[in-house]
Amino acid sequence: MDDVILSLEGVGKTFPGVVALSDVSLSIAHGETHIVLGENGAGKSTLIKLLAGIYQPDSGLIAFNGQPYQPKTPHDAQQSGIRIVHQELNLLPYLSIAENLMLENLPRRAFGIVDRKALNSRAVALLKEVGLDVDPRTRVEALGVAQMQLVEIAKALSYDSKLLVLDEPTATLTPPEIERLFSIIKRLKARGVTIIYISHRLHEVFEIGDRVTVLRNGRLVATRDLKGLAVPDLVRMMIGRDIADEYSFDDTIVPGKVALSVAGLKRDAATPAISFDVRHGEILGVAGLVGSGRTEAMRALFGADAKLDGVIEIDGKPVAITAPKDAVRHGLSLLTEDRKGQGLLLDLAVDKNITITDLGKVSRNGLINRRAEAAAANDLVGQLRVKASSIEQAVRNLSGGNQQKVVLAKWLFRGTSTLILDEPTRGVDIGARREIYQLLWMLAAQQKGIIMVSSDLPELMGMCHRIIVFSKNRIVGEVPRAEFDQERILSLAYQEYVRP
Amino acid sequence: MTETSEPLVSAPVSPGRAKFLRFLIRDAGVLLALVLITLFFSVTAPYFATPDNALKIFVQIAINTVLAAGMTFVILTGGIDLSVGSVLALCTVVGATVMIDEDLSPAVAITLALLACMATGAICGFLNGWISTRWKIPSFIVTLGMLNMAAGAARVVSDNSTITGLPQSFVDFGNLIIGGFLPSIFLVAVLVIAAGWFVLRFTVFGRMIFAVGTNDEAVRLSGHNPDFYKVAAFTISGLTAGIAAMVYLLRLNIGSPIAGVGYELNAIAAVIIGGTSLSGGKGSIIGTLVGACILQVLSTGLQLLGVGDNFKPIVIGLVIVLAVILDAYRERLLRKIR
Ligand SMILES: Nc1ncnc2c1ncn2[C@@H]1O[C@H](COP(=O)(O)OP(=O)(O)OP(=O)(O)O)[C@@H](O)[C@H]1O
Ligand SMILES: [Mg+2]
Repeated sequence: MDDVILSLEGVGKTFPGVVALSDVSLSIAHGETHIVLGENGAGKSTLIKLLAGIYQPDSGLIAFNGQPYQPKTPHDAQQSGIRIVHQELNLLPYLSIAENLMLENLPRRAFGIVDRKALNSRAVALLKEVGLDVDPRTRVEALGVAQMQLVEIAKALSYDSKLLVLDEPTATLTPPEIERLFSIIKRLKARGVTIIYISHRLHEVFEIGDRVTVLRNGRLVATRDLKGLAVPDLVRMMIGRDIADEYSFDDTIVPGKVALSVAGLKRDAATPAISFDVRHGEILGVAGLVGSGRTEAMRALFGADAKLDGVIEIDGKPVAITAPKDAVRHGLSLLTEDRKGQGLLLDLAVDKNITITDLGKVSRNGLINRRAEAAAANDLVGQLRVKASSIEQAVRNLSGGNQQKVVLAKWLFRGTSTLILDEPTRGVDIGARREIYQLLWMLAAQQKGIIMVSSDLPELMGMCHRIIVFSKNRIVGEVPRAEFDQERILSLAYQEYVRP
Repeated sequence: MTETSEPLVSAPVSPGRAKFLRFLIRDAGVLLALVLITLFFSVTAPYFATPDNALKIFVQIAINTVLAAGMTFVILTGGIDLSVGSVLALCTVVGATVMIDEDLSPAVAITLALLACMATGAICGFLNGWISTRWKIPSFIVTLGMLNMAAGAARVVSDNSTITGLPQSFVDFGNLIIGGFLPSIFLVAVLVIAAGWFVLRFTVFGRMIFAVGTNDEAVRLSGHNPDFYKVAAFTISGLTAGIAAMVYLLRLNIGSPIAGVGYELNAIAAVIIGGTSLSGGKGSIIGTLVGACILQVLSTGLQLLGVGDNFKPIVIGLVIVLAVILDAYRERLLRKIR
């Protein structure tokens, strides 16, 4: 190929205990959209971080635009015209959206004073492009994870780049944002921008991708044209075998008595009251668009944020929940969508992250039994197939999908009777997803109540007994399994937004 | 090991070796520095490598070590305690006042004084923690306030004068050198460190201290009350300030409202040199002991070398900054290894 923009020759990268990449050779053509796939921990993000100048390869050569390319810092990468949206969000929480968007190039007036007007008006334009309808002066810490993701994308778009890399940009997005992102990608492609795109949502990659490269355990399996391939082919390349139907729903699980009921839950004076319930042995899906108030409702219910009003009953008895510790005491768990900020102790080891929810189980008289702790952690790590060099590895150094599995493991360790899971499979690969689904069905079979918030509608439709739909902080509908229909659920989700 | 669909690619650094490397970088690094500094002064400074001098150093580090032990807890949770110096002063005058009460037998007086010291310190520490968590005020500010309040209280209690005349048996115990090499007050310091080490390493409470310092929001959402552990850490720091006050009384035999000026900075320096990170969640109390040793060895060594009192602080200041720079490198190395 003569119009190769990026080429890798025998690239390798090793971390202590793990070979993240080994002998990867790949060339990416000018103007193509190249998909990179692989299981959790396969080395996708590591590859991207080499391009970003975050890590340097141990071996091999990278060439960009025909020149040897050896970025030492992220700044070098940007200078070369490479823009990257990383899997983990890297915004500054205490600055506004606008400041985050234009941090590297704040518009200035004389004496270096920031030109607020220009700043905000440019930000409005950028946010509009990605479809985020939020005041650019809002501080980033007030946003949900999906909204932060959109800000990251907008930030990358604010610069002209030759190569745009998107590492799992859609993991938390819902169909309308994804659609918008795809139309942006197509527009950029028409302008000749080369794109590298990583995702675990295999169905979506066909819409934008030209070619696909699959990594497995740090090695390159193959690079192919996407045309003529189907999802099962991709799966086989990724994990080396077929997997059974992703959602083989188990009809034998019959929901029993109401486990948790929420009546008239009101976060503040401005938001409407919501009511819903979940039964023992039931998986209740929660659908809605980004920013529709699903996460906020779950947090308020759990006592993570203040609430104004509302009655919460567990097994028919009203309970007072003012802090997460009350919720946990009454048998609730909340897996938060933001694993980095709210879920994990990044610098601590895998085992310590898992047992934090219930140290009582692995201790006696206040003394931790390290052996019991290691056994419990190893057990869950095995069950969820967390890829780590050992349970003593710091969670920070796990791949994104494996971090997500640790968050799930910590609540499985606690084993409460009702679980609220906010995007439990965010960034998890297709094989491990299936393990997680089966685990959830097993929990349901044990008569636990499960509330599953997910932006992945097929996942909800495959998993749940019933789906409630949020639209603009309101629950606008409830759909039983027999009536599941993507169109119907989506139009419910849009309902409050299209109304005049 | 984990179970994956395929075996992990062969490991270039085995987990066992990584563990050893981790130990080398985290703990042995500071220890090595201490050994090198000690060797340096042993060769260059006259009288440095004598049993007498060693004893003197042991005696001199006792107070700082006890203070720094409590400070380690606070810094691990991500806080800072600037009040320990003047809380110590307050505790010395409270303790001394109780001890010189003529109506009490020496044994009772000493016991009561110990309890009074620990209680006073713990109350001050509790207030630090409670105020800063209840109103979400940075501990830097709250403990700065406490620094002034405790100093004032010390003057009020003592009527702004030095309290002398402690029981002879108490004074004797302070001068005791067990077995000819172990000063009693150094033993106290070592016991405090040992207790701290045990708590941090083996108990649920210790685990929570690290967890809170790493990510208190994640801890809260895991169903705990992070504020409880923060308040506890400050209370422990106050408690050790009370114990350090007893050590002060043992060593100097006076209760003084102007004791302890600047002690908080030495304690913080020992913790930081010992490798505990100011941002919380990372560190070790053994490191703190080594850090306290480094500070004192430097101070004594420089003095014996004839470096004047004017230059000494410059060198020590440089060493503190150097320690923090090394710490940044150490973090980077550690990240690579885990
Ligand atoms: N800084 C690091 N130190 C040690 N190991 C690391 C580090 N970064 C990544 N790894 C390891 O390298 C391997 C590849 O990780 P990488 O993040 O590239 O996976 P990924 O393909 O992006 O996975 P995911 O789909 O879960 O995001 C993993 O086993 C991970 O644990
Ligand atoms: Mg990744």
